[in-house]
Amino acid sequence: MLLRDFGHGDILLLIYATRWTIALSLIAFAGGGLFGFAFTILRILPIRLLNYLSSAYIQIIQGTPLLLQLFVVFFGLAILGWDVSAWTAAAVALIAYTSAFLAEIWRGCIQAIPKPQWEASSSLGLGIFQLLWYVIMPQAIKISIPPTVGFLVQVIKGTALTSVIGFVELTRTAQLINNVTLEPFAVYSVIAVIYFSLCFPLTSLSRRLERRLNVSSAN
Amino acid sequence: MEYEFHFEVVFRNSGMLLEGAWLTIQLSFAATVLGLLVGILGALCKTSGIKPLDWIASAYVEIIRNTPFLVQIFFIFFGLPSLGIRMSPLQAALVALTANLGAYATEIIRAGIEAIHRGQIEAGLSLGLSRLQVFRYVVLFPALKTVYPALSSQFILLMLGTSVVSQISAEELTHIANFLHSRTFRNFEIYFVVLLMYLAMSTMFRALFHVTYLYAFGRKR
Repeated sequence: MLLRDFGHGDILLLIYATRWTIALSLIAFAGGGLFGFAFTILRILPIRLLNYLSSAYIQIIQGTPLLLQLFVVFFGLAILGWDVSAWTAAAVALIAYTSAFLAEIWRGCIQAIPKPQWEASSSLGLGIFQLLWYVIMPQAIKISIPPTVGFLVQVIKGTALTSVIGFVELTRTAQLINNVTLEPFAVYSVIAVIYFSLCFPLTSLSRRLERRLNVSSAN
Repeated sequence: MEYEFHFEVVFRNSGMLLEGAWLTIQLSFAATVLGLLVGILGALCKTSGIKPLDWIASAYVEIIRNTPFLVQIFFIFFGLPSLGIRMSPLQAALVALTANLGAYATEIIRAGIEAIHRGQIEAGLSLGLSRLQVFRYVVLFPALKTVYPALSSQFILLMLGTSVVSQISAEELTHIANFLHSRTFRNFEIYFVVLLMYLAMSTMFRALFHVTYLYAFGRKR
């Protein structure tokens, strides 16, 4: 008999596997933030072609399932002749996914800055980069923090899908443990709790930041 | 390395893919209708002022929103049978999608309800409308109008989310793609075309919702 009971050892294994979920989330968030920032800038620069390209990219990513993006990256990179691991494919797909959503969130924050400020700055002779750096960014960054923290929750939840292409993070580990213990109720409850304890603090932080922002901007 | 693309493999199976896409759309609509009902109920509980109802609804919303959909569906499909609740893949998929949309809809509708001015409700009551009538005409419909854009983008997210139910072998579009992949090994071609199909569906529905909004609520502003 190959089956064994679901015990303390398995819970430790799951907690141990959580670091891959966290590592992947951090990579996706850092890379996604970097590219997302680039796409945000491309989106608002006064160059039509760049605006279109950036917004087309965002719409394609936002209009397709993350799972399919993972498949296309996983198999597509292989066709290009790169021998990619599930780890690399997962990171690439999640960075692409995160960058599109963050770019859209940040564009919203930048455009929330009232138009007269843009006009005033350019009539004072500031160039587009000076305008963005000294006038728009300091205000936009402040309002972008709550939704950005909130989106981090989506990234963490998104990493669960990388289990499908065989990246061994929390969900995949749970499946493997389930295969030898056949106690799906216990196994999936435990990882639900782990995901919840990763995500819930961020959700509440995002909500608290948002409330503080509303209070301070009302005054 | 030279790779020869064989997209004809995909087109030879276009019938199956379209059937899969149709199931995806059906699942999305069914889950949206049921999820909206759950969302209205949840929003009612959260705004009722009755503490236990508020707690239950809040716990439901937080649990769903802070765990991955994949884990939810595994829990429902593989975990619940040990409590004696057995479902077919399609039933489990519908339950999971409904629960998921219900949680997001609860928050969205609650926000819409809380945006209704207190004075309007009092005005409705003093005009002699019953509580139910006030809820229906003064609170719910205007609230739904305010939150319509948020709800329609939630529908798109749900439709994209249905791809995940392929993992419990509910035979929607992504599952068909996985099946064809294992049959033909033309993985990139298949997944690329299916990706475009999802893109087409989400673009189409976004346009559809926009037109519906214009017809139902008149032009913005």
